Amino acid sequence: MTANVMAVEGNTLFNWLLRLGDNTLVLSHRVSEWCGHAPVLEEDIALANTALDLIGQTQMWLGLAGEVEGKGRDADALAYLRDAWDFRNLLLVERPNGDFGHTMMRQFLFDAWQNVLLNRLKDSTDPRVADIAEKAAKEAAYHLDRSRGTVIALGDGTEESHARMQAALDALWDYVGEMFLDDDVDRAIADADVGPLPSSLRDAWDGIVNATLNEATLTRPDSDFAQTGGKTGRHTEDLGYILAEMQFLQRAYPGATW
Amino acid sequence: MSNAPLAPVPAGGDLTRAPLTPDRIWQLLDTVPDPEIPVISLVDLGIIRAVDIDGDKVVVTVTPTYSGCPATRVINEDILACLHANGIENARVNTRLSPAWTTDWISEKGRAALLEYGIAPPQPKGIPEACPRCGGHSLELTAQFGSTPCKALWRCNDCLEPFDYFKCI
Repeated sequence: MTANVMAVEGNTLFNWLLRLGDNTLVLSHRVSEWCGHAPVLEEDIALANTALDLIGQTQMWLGLAGEVEGKGRDADALAYLRDAWDFRNLLLVERPNGDFGHTMMRQFLFDAWQNVLLNRLKDSTDPRVADIAEKAAKEAAYHLDRSRGTVIALGDGTEESHARMQAALDALWDYVGEMFLDDDVDRAIADADVGPLPSSLRDAWDGIVNATLNEATLTRPDSDFAQTGGKTGRHTEDLGYILAEMQFLQRAYPGATW
Repeated sequence: MSNAPLAPVPAGGDLTRAPLTPDRIWQLLDTVPDPEIPVISLVDLGIIRAVDIDGDKVVVTVTPTYSGCPATRVINEDILACLHANGIENARVNTRLSPAWTTDWISEKGRAALLEYGIAPPQPKGIPEACPRCGGHSLELTAQFGSTPCKALWRCNDCLEPFDYFKCI
């Protein structure tokens, strides 16, 4: 560990790691809801595999968060035994799936952001963060390749698919801004060079998104309005339903294993 | 024929009585198949990164293929089971994330075994070189993900057979 890392207060680092792990955990759960329901078998398998990668990344981020917290909570305890107000994920990832196109648009907006973020995190002064980012970046690049291709194919597809993708983009756009907002946690993390300021990710994200939407013949909404709150634990009611399903077993049968 | 009871044959045969050296551990681990693609050993897959021996204690360092791959836990259990079966009780598996696993670490023997099994081995250009069944070059991507996190689905337009491609990462 470097001196810089020591400069970040433990609770700040813990909260920041929860944001990373909760994003992948909640999105993974959402994507896994498609298992057995996707339009075609290949897409069903692809969605399940994406969810699986995200769960693996969650185990790494929340595992490290528990280690940093030092109270004996592991990734499972953090995933299954916290209530909604203790979750720190972006509101974007808890949005309901909608139709297949809507799910893939949400995935694309997140994948583009996650790729830019993970590539920056590879240079973290905290080697534990850099190691996880190096691993996760490979998976995220593959996810982006797929979600980008799907957005283009459906956007520049039939009249019906185009309309649905534009509707998805318009509906999700209010949840984009939160990815780029800086708060005190982000500033402390950036001061110690553990991670980038979210606002500094915007240009690269815009580059990926604008090029893709252009190719997909979709129109980027010009609103800058941003729904916020997820990063500090103020969530939409949707998260409660996700947790009710995801946490049921461990709540009803504490410590159950198989 | 003697009435004396036969001495039990230890699992692993002669290897059981061999001295504890890194070479011997590597040799043993080369007999442990990947749980999902059993034609390739963990050593051939390139996920065994180090074997350290300190006295009678063995530490095997493993780098996971995909972070969420459900086979990872089984792999760790299989490694310990193999070592235990060969009389090595004091063993531990250590997970290492960096450098991240790459398909470049799959051995030549492993690539040949994949091909023989019907899985096109990973290629630097990111797409399969030829159909593992007929060798045809007119290939088409069916899906970017397949039956395991490490594979994609392709189809050969010559023999019309679908096949798995080991994704290049």
